[in-house]
Amino acid sequence: MKVFIDPPNSLVLFDLVERFGHEPLSTMAAIQERVDNLEVDMPPMNVTLDDVVKGLKYAGVEVPSGVRGRLALWGPMIESADAAIVMDDCPYSFGCVGCERSNLMVKYLIKRRGIPVLYVTYPEDEDQATNFVAQTKEFLEGLK
Amino acid sequence: MTIKIAQLSCGTEYSSVQYEIEKAARSVGAKIVYPDVSAADIDDAVKRFGFNPRSPQLKLMIARAAKLADGQYDADAVFITTCFRCAEAALVRNELRRFVQENTRLPVVTYSFTERLKASQLLTRMEALVTIVTRKELLARERQTGITVGLDSGSSTTKAVVMEDNRIIGKDWTPSGDVVASATHVLENALKMAGIEMKQVEAIGTTGYGRFTLGEHFHAKLVQEELTVNSKGAVWLADRQRGEATIIDIGGMDNKAITVRDGVPDNFTMGGICAGASGRFLEMTSKRLKVDVTELGAIADRGDWRNAKMNSYCSVFGIQDLVTTLGEGKRFEDVAAAACHSVAEQVYEQQLQEIDVRHPIIQVGGTSLISGLVSAVGEVLGERPIVPPDSQYIGAVGGALLSSGFL
Repeated sequence: MKVFIDPPNSLVLFDLVERFGHEPLSTMAAIQERVDNLEVDMPPMNVTLDDVVKGLKYAGVEVPSGVRGRLALWGPMIESADAAIVMDDCPYSFGCVGCERSNLMVKYLIKRRGIPVLYVTYPEDEDQATNFVAQTKEFLEGLK
Repeated sequence: MTIKIAQLSCGTEYSSVQYEIEKAARSVGAKIVYPDVSAADIDDAVKRFGFNPRSPQLKLMIARAAKLADGQYDADAVFITTCFRCAEAALVRNELRRFVQENTRLPVVTYSFTERLKASQLLTRMEALVTIVTRKELLARERQTGITVGLDSGSSTTKAVVMEDNRIIGKDWTPSGDVVASATHVLENALKMAGIEMKQVEAIGTTGYGRFTLGEHFHAKLVQEELTVNSKGAVWLADRQRGEATIIDIGGMDNKAITVRDGVPDNFTMGGICAGASGRFLEMTSKRLKVDVTELGAIADRGDWRNAKMNSYCSVFGIQDLVTTLGEGKRFEDVAAAACHSVAEQVYEQQLQEIDVRHPIIQVGGTSLISGLVSAVGEVLGERPIVPPDSQYIGAVGGALLSSGFL
């Protein structure tokens, strides 16, 4: 199943989803696709004007372009996701999209989809980390 | 009967515009109300809504919307407004509009304001909300009866239509000049075409910017804003009176995007801050190309917008783009196509983000006769709009249709 991860660039969540047999939907995939599709003479830009315009599907023109550009990457992923894992209160080194407005909107779009979602909190010690992995494992195995 | 418009807002009090909002509501016989919520309701409402803004007043907006959605607060219409350029508020505003529409049948209008907001800017929107609430039976009218006339005094053109027993029997339009003189001119020509004398006319309906002046002059039975009147005219002309539709009216001075259910608007946006996204820009373009605006569409259809740069939020910069592009020796056809595409793109970016587009899409108004613009709108939206016959007469047809409800 396709599992959207939030933060969308969390390597830990990506790895866990993949490890338990699902397809992680992440920033890395979206950016990869854009890098691969670049033309030879294209500057090294991952998000193009077309992406930002596509982001209008998720937020109006009054919303800054950086938010719309981000939503253009994750919006379609959330739409195609079968489930999601959302980690709250994590430090930015764990995974971060760099924009609080985009964060809020991503969480909202996930909720609006009505798909199964596992909400987890960032573990502060080893016990919590073990618990987090167990919770995630149980959730992902339950999706099969 | 005082119509209660529930205000869901952030920042109005601190932007010096609250008085203007209330003044606009009062002037159309409505009253602004605020759904009561307790502090304890707020966190629950935010959790349920799923978007947790950092600004507490946005949280309050959500809680107020939840009260409306749950039927715990009695209101007739909803006005959702936040500060222009606040990203968080813009996100909440649009999603709350969707939330209210999904959970109630209340008409909704959204607006982002600056400190320069004046009551007059909100008048048509407030009037439309009140019309939708107070004239439900009239707006449900699907057939025109008797002999009636509709007069549409628009910013660019004035139109008249004479209808008899659900048929258009006379029509005329002219560029707007003096409001009464222009309307008198088109009315006389439409009556002549219909073979009808003025004394045979049973009712007149007026709409558009000059509606009040014309209403008084011609003793109209119906004097109504253009959002509801144009919607009725559009669905009548397109024969889509039942079900849902989106009406796009790119006007001479402002644009309207209206969603309707059974011909009655339930959400609309009305733009017009900049003429770069209106028919006026196409007029300016055709003037610069030295062609009549009626020929612009066909010329644009032969061009490719990708070959000419024309992308501006402002008509002044838009014309600069136009001059530069022509200076580079681009083909007229490509420039015309680029101008049409630019208008369509801006309507999409500025108006259609505030509503949920429903199908079919009906494009109306004088600019719908510019085929290149219709093609551009179709390309931007991924679906070619329906352009009904006499699409430029929507306001006048709506006026004639609705005024027959007073017979």
